[in-house]
Amino acid sequence: MRDKFVVALAVAAGVLLAFNLYRIFLVLPDEALQGAIYRIIFFHVPAAITGMIGYFAALLLSLAYLSFGNFRYDSLAASVVEVSVVFSVVNIVTGSIWARVIWGIWWTWDYRLTSALVCVLIFSGYLMLRRAIDEPTQRARLSAALCVFGCIDVVIVWKSIEWFRTQHPGPVLSIRTGGGRIDPAMEQMLYLNFAAILMIAIALVLIRTRQEATAREIDSLRRIANAA
Amino acid sequence: MKSLAQALSVARKDLAIELRTKESINAAGAFAVVILLLFSFAFDPGADATREIGGGLLWLVFAFAGALIFNRGFARELPNDCLDTLLSSAVSGASLLLGKSFANLLMLLAVEFLSLFVFGIFYDVRWWLRPLELAALCVLATWGISVIGAVFGALTVNLRLRELMLPVIIYPLLIPLLIAAIEITNALFSNRPLGSYELLWGRVLLVFDIVFTALAMALAETILVN
Repeated sequence: MRDKFVVALAVAAGVLLAFNLYRIFLVLPDEALQGAIYRIIFFHVPAAITGMIGYFAALLLSLAYLSFGNFRYDSLAASVVEVSVVFSVVNIVTGSIWARVIWGIWWTWDYRLTSALVCVLIFSGYLMLRRAIDEPTQRARLSAALCVFGCIDVVIVWKSIEWFRTQHPGPVLSIRTGGGRIDPAMEQMLYLNFAAILMIAIALVLIRTRQEATAREIDSLRRIANAA
Repeated sequence: MKSLAQALSVARKDLAIELRTKESINAAGAFAVVILLLFSFAFDPGADATREIGGGLLWLVFAFAGALIFNRGFARELPNDCLDTLLSSAVSGASLLLGKSFANLLMLLAVEFLSLFVFGIFYDVRWWLRPLELAALCVLATWGISVIGAVFGALTVNLRLRELMLPVIIYPLLIPLLIAAIEITNALFSNRPLGSYELLWGRVLLVFDIVFTALAMALAETILVN
């Protein structure tokens, strides 16, 4: 049942992504000032939002693990962080490509770029910590604690670096600006592609969660075999 | 009150061990001096620009030296199962973490004091012009570093790659605190009055200290279960 759901979700995400790609590259016109490169926003912004949603979900799942001690929450948190890091890297790479064309540089120490990089570093530390601990209960407990610290730190990092330096373009989505900063057709496309990327992320999380559960089962069987 | 007394006992114990062996202080102090020396090859140490970036140099040195102290904080409890004994004693997890943080704070402050002297001589920076403000800044910022160091020192104590994992985890977490400390230190070294911009960073330091001290106390038992 669950396998069928994952396959159905992945297929639906694939179909929606194909439709979006057709619209993005063949239907929507170039942007007046930026030309064709503006299309990267349809991947850059959804990847950033997906990553952020993932970190917030990981915080809740880590708190749930610390409260209830159920390994399902730990597996889910680890999978969510892993997928979120991937989408954050997509966000940084697409942003870098856009910056090279528009600003003429691959990287600038702007607050959002720096904050996004710090997020990736904090949660890469989380993934490295998990690899460094063999004992499953200890691994789940300590990585949940690190996740809580990391998520709360991300909020302070974001505000600090915003006060420190700002160069990034301002928000464009109507939900933040009240409208007028982006063409409605482009904004609709942005939301549609966000839906496709979020569906891909959920499918990846479900696949990774099952792998985590299987890895834990194999590990416990190995321990039993070694003890016998 | 009892928790605070227990924390002070743990800190006293750690400081007594450190005063006898001097292993962390000597290593961290020597490391700080070496890094300050190496910085002099990266740019012209006599230039006025040194005063403008002095805060950044110093807080990087403090953060690097701190990692050496934090690595030893819980690792020194591993021989003879001292950590197990501490965890099974009447001392609560929160008091243990708080005590370790106090000990980290005092050791790192000692290294900072030494580094300031060396920095003043090597780079001709008059850091003593605003002693009270600088002392308050050092205590506030070093407390945040010490708490994070104690928490993640405990978290990584049983890991194979302890020395490697600790810096990888703590430095990204310390970024807001380091930005705040660097901005205020630069203003103090330039002998500029502290305006609303510096006070904003002062508030960031306070928020960081309060939030992470509270979080460390709340998660102490989770982190310290062996």
